[in-house]
Parts: sequence; structure tokens; C-alpha cells
Amino acid sequence: MSATAVHSLWTTAAGPIDKIQAPDIEYAQLAPVLIVVGAAVVGLLVEAFMPRKARYHAQVFLTVLAIVASFAAVLGLAEAGYGTTKVRIAAMGAIAIDGPTLFLQGTILLASLVAVFTFAERKLDPETHGTKIDSFVAQAAAVPGSENEKQAVKAGFTTTEVYPLTLFAIAGLLVFPAANDLLTLFISLEVFSLPLYLLCALARRKRLMSQEAAVKYFLLGAFSSAFLLFGIALMYGYAGSVAYARIADVVDGSIRTIDPVLADTMGNDALLLIGSAMILMGLLFKVGAVPFHMWTPDVYQGAPTPVTGFMAAATKVAAFGALLRLLYVVLPGMSWDWRPVMWGITIATMLGGAIVAITQTDIKRLLAYSSIAHAGFILAGVIAVTPEGVSSVLFYLGAYSFVTIGAFAVVTLVRDAGGEATHLSKWAGLGRRSPLVAAVFAVFLLAFAGIPLTSGFSGKFAVFKAAAEGGAGALVVVGVISSAIAAFFYIRVIVLMFFSEPKADGPTVAVPSVMTKMAIGMGVVVTVVLGVAPQYFLNLASQAGVFVR
Amino acid sequence: MENLIALLIAAPLLGAAVLLCGGRRFDRVGHLLGTALAATSFVIGAALFANMLTKSVDDRALHQKLFNWIDVGGFQADIAFQLDQLSITFVLLISGVGTLIHVYSIGYMEHDERRRRFFGYLNLFLAAMLLLVLADNYLLLYFGWEGVGLASYLLIGFWQHKPSAATAAKKAFLVNRVGDIGLSIAIMLMFTTFGTFAFGPVLGSVGETSEGMLTAIGLMLLLAACGKSAQVPLQSWLGDAMEGPTPVSALIHAATMVTAGVYLIVRSGAIFNAAPDAQLVVVIVGAVTLMFGAIVGCAKDDIKKALAGSTMSQIGYMILAAGLGPIGYVFAIMHLVTHGFFKAGLFLGAGSVMHGMNDEVDMRKYGGLRKYMPVTFVTFGLGYLAIIGFPGLSGFFSKDMIIEAAFAKGGTEGWILGSITLLGAAITAFYMTRVMLMTFFGEKRWQPDAEGHLPHPHESPKSMTIPMIILAFGSVFAGGFFSIGDRFLNWLEPVTGWDHGHAPISATTVTAATVVALLLGVSIAWVMYGRKARPVPVVAPRGSVLTRAARRDLLQDDFNHVVLVRGGEHLTRSLVYVDHTLVDGVVNGTAASVGGLSGRLRKLQNGYARSYAVSMFGGTAVLIAATLLMRAV
Repeated sequence: MSATAVHSLWTTAAGPIDKIQAPDIEYAQLAPVLIVVGAAVVGLLVEAFMPRKARYHAQVFLTVLAIVASFAAVLGLAEAGYGTTKVRIAAMGAIAIDGPTLFLQGTILLASLVAVFTFAERKLDPETHGTKIDSFVAQAAAVPGSENEKQAVKAGFTTTEVYPLTLFAIAGLLVFPAANDLLTLFISLEVFSLPLYLLCALARRKRLMSQEAAVKYFLLGAFSSAFLLFGIALMYGYAGSVAYARIADVVDGSIRTIDPVLADTMGNDALLLIGSAMILMGLLFKVGAVPFHMWTPDVYQGAPTPVTGFMAAATKVAAFGALLRLLYVVLPGMSWDWRPVMWGITIATMLGGAIVAITQTDIKRLLAYSSIAHAGFILAGVIAVTPEGVSSVLFYLGAYSFVTIGAFAVVTLVRDAGGEATHLSKWAGLGRRSPLVAAVFAVFLLAFAGIPLTSGFSGKFAVFKAAAEGGAGALVVVGVISSAIAAFFYIRVIVLMFFSEPKADGPTVAVPSVMTKMAIGMGVVVTVVLGVAPQYFLNLASQAGVFVR
Repeated sequence: MENLIALLIAAPLLGAAVLLCGGRRFDRVGHLLGTALAATSFVIGAALFANMLTKSVDDRALHQKLFNWIDVGGFQADIAFQLDQLSITFVLLISGVGTLIHVYSIGYMEHDERRRRFFGYLNLFLAAMLLLVLADNYLLLYFGWEGVGLASYLLIGFWQHKPSAATAAKKAFLVNRVGDIGLSIAIMLMFTTFGTFAFGPVLGSVGETSEGMLTAIGLMLLLAACGKSAQVPLQSWLGDAMEGPTPVSALIHAATMVTAGVYLIVRSGAIFNAAPDAQLVVVIVGAVTLMFGAIVGCAKDDIKKALAGSTMSQIGYMILAAGLGPIGYVFAIMHLVTHGFFKAGLFLGAGSVMHGMNDEVDMRKYGGLRKYMPVTFVTFGLGYLAIIGFPGLSGFFSKDMIIEAAFAKGGTEGWILGSITLLGAAITAFYMTRVMLMTFFGEKRWQPDAEGHLPHPHESPKSMTIPMIILAFGSVFAGGFFSIGDRFLNWLEPVTGWDHGHAPISATTVTAATVVALLLGVSIAWVMYGRKARPVPVVAPRGSVLTRAARRDLLQDDFNHVVLVRGGEHLTRSLVYVDHTLVDGVVNGTAASVGGLSGRLRKLQNGYARSYAVSMFGGTAVLIAATLLMRAV
């Protein structure tokens, strides 16, 4: 046998090489994402090449600059009409540039900016060994309590890697609500999840708890990703494509030609139903809906508080954006199938979050359950399946994210010898000792509770109104009952702060740097402005509330 | 010209803002600034009045819209003003008398360390009262209405360190609240009926509305008027309100604020004209209060409370006149204006007497003051002659018109009302003569004050006497000026309308009867208090049952206590019982069960990643099953 013949057993002669079609990329429209990714890469280089002392300032500057530039790009796109008249699908069908995308990207970027301010706070703890320290561990790789760790602290290490990690996460978050096919959806989910798993593990105090939280988050996140991916596979089997528009066409029957390769599976409704349920599950996990919420309290409690604020705000915004797009662009044709199920989940989420929060004794866990309840309220707007549903959810997300970051920023201020004093009993009488901080926190709590003249009321009113008009009156009733239950534990904290005697060995309130002050200040301003004069922003949200398909 | 209207209000409002927020640095000039701004308002008012005189009758009304206040769907309210003949009459009265009383207060409050604040409140009152009469819709009127209530509350309780003053302020506030509820309900009814609050559309579309609704609105407006104008059954606060500084009593609780109810009824004349039942109730309220106040005024030994009873009674006259409909509107307002002059003058005189008598208010401890305070005596005396209706003075004309109008109502009703107003005139003459005699005539009955000093009565400073003199001029000449040639009637008729009614007896007869009633009252008073042979006892005698009841304000407080307070307490207690057992039971039960549920659900969150994963797995399974099930169904 000739050498050629032998060879031909496992190879075959190549034909003439086809020219690879260069993909058509709309760089300008993708600029918000590209800027952030680029800055993240530069951030890695900074870690590699800059002297340790200079990194903090360089990273904070770079991160803030990137976020601001990206936000400016979003504004520019919105100004140019990409949110209204010039909506388009960019990057070969992978990314949708439309109103919801730009609105949510803007919200994510603003929330991230505020969150980065809290990341960069270095005045809460006293200096140790001549170094200013922040909320993050000295050296992530050092085993908690080990000699190694002590040395790292002594050497004044700080984990400035958090900034590029955050930028990567932000990049993922920016793509997530814009993803216009299932694979982009999955990849952006992983792009923001992986840095977040890491960030969760980086708390300076209570490191074991932080690491436990990160591992749990990672395990459960991976578990849910598996479901999501499997759902995507089934969906591909059903529709023969991962592109949203095409799936939607197959769902509502406007495409009947069957791809011969998928002749056995295409158009099989079981695949559609199971696949969509699994994809939904993956997204519901990220928004923290019952019964996929169980990671939330543990992770929120264990993660460094600034990271918690970031996750609670930005991740929720992105995840709801993706959920909206999935339900409104891909699956509107089968809303009869998913609406009853989503009803059940919404009710369980609203009630579950509110009820379990009542017996919490840790402020971070309390806020975690509160975020679950709020996820339920937002879901009520999501399943309205009306344009008002979209715009109310967009508004709610914007309002909620600032309250959340602000609230977690306040949590970082209340400290005792062991770091943050998160046990509720330690907050007793805070209003007597630090009336301003307590008053600010009270504003946030009132906003969470949805009291009028705060953004919480405007948002809740908008989603409930949309839900009621969308034919979900019963849901609104449950929502209002949940709000009543939730009001109990919010008000309880206010009562605790203002009407209890302060304890003798109670925590002190640290005086933060201008960074945290700005974060909290923005939270208060947005909360009050959106509460007192919400109309402009409601109009903005309703202009932005149309998806491109 | 209409752009000046807002300035009328803005001037005193600015004063209030500066004086109340400006702090100590304005202590030295505060009173001058406040007075100057009140005077500014008066000058602007006078300019607007002069301008109005130059125009023809039909386009005298001015309108100014400042901005859109509330704009929510069908709910529209503007900050807009209307200046017509009726408003300008009030504007001149309020800012004119107001300015005089500001001047008077400079002297009267000289030694009070919170004088700046006092002037701030007075300015606030002026702004609110001007807003009340200038508003072109009921909602804005309500704003002014509440504003004067607030100013009144603050000023009655100005000496808040005295528990009696604090209580009186609270009482005035609470009683007024009842009336204010009436006004707010009336406004709501208007909105549901007419879809707007503006005077023009509301009063213009009365013809298309059912009489029942108009009666309801009218009665609610009357309730409001009763509260603000101290009419039965909401009269109880006025006597106690005399705890405030005397200039306040003169300005707010005699000349201006308490007449707001009359303004409200006259302004809403179209509604009352179309609702005879409501009108009848107005007349009854006016007649009852007229007698009530007069009787109380006869028995009081406290000079300010006697005057307060008189105020109540005189406003009763006005309300009665307003209830007569077009026959009486003009005369109600005319009496209101003349009353503004002489009653303010009387109060200022009383303040002057108190100033000289170590703040003593008990007339039994006065006596023979005419020699010591000649200016006060003469001005007070002229006010006295005016209020009893001495022929030729202001009160004679205005009261006589009301009595004539009451007769002109016609039928039995006319006779009854006419007789009551005549009787009232006699009693007025009696109690005012009593005040006059006890204060300025007879023996000195001066008593040492708490520190043992005998009073040394002296004439008050010029800042106090000059306003009194000016007001005395008004008391003497205003009525004649208004009546001769029917000036006032011709002035207001285009706004309020006029109807001469069916007088059963001639005007001359009525006038004669009035003069007889007056002489009768004066003589009885002279017999009882003026004769040397029967000096006034320093300690009040026990008196008849009626006297004792009248001293207690005809048992108004006792009535309120037994019926409202006790009744309210019983109601509250039973409601509290229901609340504690039933409502709280349900609420606490729910809370306990939710809490219990929470405790149990919380156990699911056990910290193990494996059980979390199971929950997610189970959740997904249910999700898929439910989705499939939905399709199957």
C-alpha cells in the first residue's frame, strides 16, 4: 500500500481553501461593551507591570474612566436614536441594540459606577502597617489564618485585581440583556458569573464565610448553567437555530420548513416546552426567584459588602433584562404556556422573600431576602406581557438598584471590632448616635417598603399597574399583601434604630471617604427624585420599552 | 393693573418670611418692616381701588392667573386671583385696619421680647386673609382659609407660657377644624358636581344643578362659616380667643377673620339663592347667634369677653342678612365694614384701658377712667355710639338697613326676623352702655394687682392713640358716607345683586322702632349701672339663673363637654375595645401565623449547598412538569 493510500485512510485531500467571510461588526454600536473589555485588559496589564504602590490609584482611575466612557457611549447611542428609531441587530445577529438594551446598559453602568466607589473605599478601617485597607483580602491565595496571610497583611498587600475582575463582570452584564441568541446569552452569563464567584471570595474579614459563600455560589451557579445549557440544546433541537428571531418564528409557526438535519426533532413541542423551562430556570436563578433563590442569602451575607451591593443591583438588572428579552422576543407565541407557571413563581417569590425575611437577624441576610421579594415584584411586571410591563420593569430596576447599593454602602459604615456589625441587635439605637446615617438608611428602607415620595413607591406602583392592566389582578393582590408583610421588617429596623436604647458596647459608625459618601448620596438623590418627580424617568422608560426583533 | 394683585399678598408674605425666618438680626427693625409692608399692601389696594373707580361698572373685575397649581387629569387648580367690587372692599378693610393695628401694636407690644415674631404672625395673617378674599376659586380660598386659621392659632397662643392662652389656641384650632371639614366637603361636592372649583363656572352653572345638591353644598359652606365666624353651634372658641394680645382680638377676632364666613356666604350667593332650605338655616343660625352673643355680652365682666360676645352678635346680624338673599347681601357687607371700624376701635380702646390698668380686664375693677384717659374715652365713646346705632353714626345706618331687610323678607318670617333684630338692637344698647358705664364712669374701683401695686391709669402713647382716632373717624362717618345716595349699594350690587323685598312697614317706622329700642336699652343700663345711688359692686353678685348661665357662655362648654366630649369618650372607648379584641386579635393572629411560617420556612435554608441544589432541581422539575401540564390542559 502506498504511503498516499495509507494516509488517505484517515485524511482526505483538502479542497481549495475557502476565504473566511469576515464578520461584520458594528464597532460603534458595540462601543459600550468594547470600552469596558478593553479597560479590563489594560487593568490586567496594570496588575502585571505596575509597581504595587501605584496600582490602587491607577486601577480606580482606569475603572471609573472606563465606566464613564462606556456610559457616555450609551448616551451617545441613545441620542443618535439607536434606542428608538434606529434599532438594529448588530454583530451578525448576536447583539440587539434597542431601547431596553441601552436603558439597561445605562442603568448597569451607573450602578456599577456607584458600586466601584464603594469598592474603592479605604477609610473605614484604620491603617495597618502603614497601608490603607479596603474591604478586600490582602492576598486571596493565602489560607485564612495562616502565617502566609499574616505576612501578606504585614507587607501591605491589597487585592487590586478586583477592579479588572469587576470590569469583566460589567462587560458580561452589558452583553447579557442585549444578547440576541442563546449562545451569546450563555457566554455573557459566564463572563459575568466567573468574576463574581471570585469577588465573593475576597472579603478581608470573615474570610472562611466569604470563601464558603463563593464556593456555594460557584457550585450552584455551575449547576444552573448546566440546566441553561441543556435547555439551549433542546431549544436548538426544536428550532434549528439559536437566534432569537428564528426561534420566535418557529414558535409562532411562521417558519415551517424543516432543516433536514433536524428532521427528527424540529417542531417537537416537548423540546420547546422543556427547553424553555430550563432556560427560564437558568435566568430565574440569576434573578433569585423562589425556588432558585437559596444561594442568595448565603452569598449576600458572605461576600464583601460592596460586592454584595454590586451583585444585588447590577446582576439583577442584567438578568431581568435577559429574562424580558427572552419572554418578549422569543416566547411571546407561547405565553399561554409559560404565564401560569410564571404566575406561580412570582407569587412564591413575593411571599417567600417577604415571609422568611421577617425572622432574619442579620442585616445583610435581611436585605438578601428583601431582594428576593423585590425580584417577585419585578416579575409581576415582567409577566404583564404589555409595553407597560416592559417600561415599568425598566423603571423599577433603575430605581431599585440605587436603593440597594446605597443600603449596602450604609451597611459597610456600621462597624465594631470585628469589622461590619451586621447583626440587627447591634443596630439598636443607631438613630440616637448617628442620626444622619440612620436617617439615610431609613430613607432606603422606606423606599424598599414602597412608601410614597420614594422611588420604591413609584416603581412598585408602575409594575403593579402594568400587572393589573395585563390581566394579573390576583397577582397584584398577592403583591400588595407581600408588600404589607415586607413593610413589617423594614419598619422594624427603623423602629430599632430610632426607638431603642443604644447598647453600651454598640458599634461605631465609621466616617467614610468621599467615595462612599458619593455612593450613598447618589442613592438618596435618585431615591427621592424618582419618588417625588418620577414622570420624566417613567417617560424615558416607556420610550425605551420596545424590543427589536 | 391686574399684575398688582399678587403684590397685595406678596408684600405681607415677604414680611412674614423675613420676620419669621430672618432671626434675631431683625429684632430691632422687625416691627417697622412689618408695618411698612402692611401699609404697602394698603397703598396698592388703594391704587387698585382708584383704578377700579375709573372703569365702567361692567368691567371692573380684574383677573390674574399666576400659574397652574395642580394639573392632574381632570383635576385643575390655578393660583389665580379675582379682584371685583366685593374683593376690593375686603382688601381695603383688611389692609387698612390691618395697617392701623400694626401701628398700634408697635406701642402695645413694645415691652414684649418676641415682638418681631408677633409682627411676623400679623403679616402672615394679612397675607392669608388677602389670599382668602382674592382667590378666584374655592380651593385657593380654602388655602387662605386655613392660613388665617393658622395665624389665628399662633396669635391666640402668642403668650403660650400662659396655660390658658395655650388652651384657648388649641380650642380655637379644634373648633375651627369642624368648620373646615365643612368647607372641604363643600369643595369636594363642588368638584364632583361641577368638575371645577373656579367661582365663575361653579356659580354660573348653578341653574343646571339639582336643588338637593345645592342645599348640601350650601349647608356645608354654612358649617364652614359657623366655624370661622363663631356662629352657633361652633361659637365656643371666640370668647377664649380673647387670651391673645388685644391687637389680635381687634384685627382677627373682631374686624376681619371672623367675618370670613360672611364673605363666603355672600360670595357663594348664587348657590344659596337657589337653595332656599340652606338659606333658611343660615337665617336661623344668624338669628340665634345674634341673641346668643348679645345675652352673653350682657353678663360678662371681662371687658374683652363682653366685646367678644358683642362681636358674635354683630356677626349674627351679618349672617342673618346674608341669609336673606339678595335683599340682604349688600347690607351684610356694609355692616361688616362699619363693624370693622367700630369694633376694632372698641378693642383697641379696651387694649388701651388694659395698658393703663396693669392688664386688668375685669370691668368691676375699673370705673371713672374718663378723666385719666381722655383720648381713649372719646374714641371708645364714639365706637360705642356707633355700635349701638346712635342716629347719624356708622352703626345706625348699617344696622338699620339689616333690620329693614329682615322685615322686608316678608310674611311671618319677616316679622319674626325683624322683631329679633330689633330686640337685638335693644340688648346691644344695653350691654354696650353697661361696658361704657362700668369702665369710664362711676366710682374708681381699682384694685391692687398681684404684686400689690395700685394701677396708675394714664393715656397710651401716640402710636396707640392715633390708630384709635382714625378708626373713630370711620366709626362716625363710614355709615353715612356709604348710605347717602346708596353709594355702597350701587357699588356692590353688580356683584351680589339686590332685591328690595316686600317691606310690610315703612322704613321710617323701622328707624323709629330702632331708635326706641336703642333708648330702651340705654335707659335700662343706666338704671342698673349708672346711678350714683347704686354703685357697681366690685365682686359680682350671684345673679339670676340666666345671668349665671350667661356668665358661663350660656353653658356652651358644658353642653360641648357633656354631649361631645363624654359622647366622644364613650365612642372611643367602645371603638378601642373593638380594636383591641377584634381587630388586634385578627392582626396579631395573622402576624403570629406569618411569623411562625417564617420560622419554619427559614429552616429550609440550612446552609448546605446540596440541599440548595436539590431545591433547584426539584424546582426545575416542577417548572417543566407544570409547563407540560399547561400544554396538556
